[in-house]
Amino acid sequence: MSVIAQIERAGLLGRGGAAFRTANKWRAVAERSRGNAVIVVNGAEGEPRSMKDRFVMTQRTELVLDGAFVAARELRANRVVLYIGERHAAARDAMLRAVQGRPERERRLVSVALAPARYVAGAEAAAIHFIDEGIATPVNMPPYPVERGVGGAPTLVQNVETLARVALLARGLPAGGTLITLAGAVASPGVLEVDSETTIGEALAGAGGMSEAPRAILVGGYFGRWMETQDAVAIGLAHGNGLGCGVIGVLPASRCPVCEVAGIMRYLASESSAQCGPCFFGLRALADTCTQIANDVSKPEDLSRLHRWANDVRGRGACKHPDGAAIFLSSALDVFARDFANHRHTHALSRTA
Amino acid sequence: MSDRPVMLAVDRIRCDGRGLCAELLPEMVRLDDWGYPILAAGPVPEHLRSHAERAVEACPVLALAMRRAEPKP
Repeated sequence: MSVIAQIERAGLLGRGGAAFRTANKWRAVAERSRGNAVIVVNGAEGEPRSMKDRFVMTQRTELVLDGAFVAARELRANRVVLYIGERHAAARDAMLRAVQGRPERERRLVSVALAPARYVAGAEAAAIHFIDEGIATPVNMPPYPVERGVGGAPTLVQNVETLARVALLARGLPAGGTLITLAGAVASPGVLEVDSETTIGEALAGAGGMSEAPRAILVGGYFGRWMETQDAVAIGLAHGNGLGCGVIGVLPASRCPVCEVAGIMRYLASESSAQCGPCFFGLRALADTCTQIANDVSKPEDLSRLHRWANDVRGRGACKHPDGAAIFLSSALDVFARDFANHRHTHALSRTA
Repeated sequence: MSDRPVMLAVDRIRCDGRGLCAELLPEMVRLDDWGYPILAAGPVPEHLRSHAERAVEACPVLALAMRRAEPKP
């Protein structure tokens, strides 16, 4: 059975956050490749709380490279670009050392590009833009990377964990589970491998449980959703369940959710690549308004504005950055509705909790 | 010939929020609070085609386009 058929049968979904069907992406590149395809090994890992891509690059280095060269063979590629976050020094060193041990016919395909430490740098189109022109900002799609990517060639941009799972499949093994990163009020935070039957509650218990009483759980990192703790713990850790990049963050009851959300919104606004108006101005306005509510200087109409703007910015960028920020904020406005409506009071409560 | 629906599309990177589209085609384009166009969902209806064409031609930064819907690869 071909590798693509194996990937298809395993139902493998991409682990970079978008949970795209891996087999579809491979097939699209295979159909277009005339021996000129490019494989981009995506280890940018720009999600601030995520650690799992660095884990897989340092601890499962050979699997990542195996997956990359399986892809190169299967998709008839003549280039493999290791796209690794510029601050992920240990991961980069491990990957480069491992490349040295590969046969010449594989080694000669490899080049390295260090991804700028920006949130959007890991997006497929931004990776290609950076490799081609040294600018890690997203570009318009179509054309999609599988059609015209690096140097105009059909390109597979694939997350490092996904490639490691492909390597397992190619060896005739099961693809295994999912790597997640536990963050926040967890006894032992960090990377954990779980199977798709495991619930978030079980994963947290496996990491020694929560270190404080929780207020809510953020599922999927800064592109994810806030959930009430009792709803989140029941969720199975399967991709396609809105797991995103696999970050599970526990917000303790001792922290004020509004202040937390305002801080993350300011970060996401500052990470806009400032190319598209609705993202650049919209996220800024959302972050400013959240901050005003957090500082108790908001106007009565601010809350309804947040709802409206969060709706307005969705789907209106060249990339998904505004969408991710809007979904994050909308879920916060839902789960923390009381805190946003009555911040002065609830802030004091969370501090004395 | 194709009977795929005709869609309006904004190049979000190119768009500068000049707002001519909303003036020429208010039936399908409104502006957000920062002056950038929000397009109505769905294809351009037949009776608005000529207005839509005018809006496309008037965009000073060539950010507005009308094209037949294409399937994703």
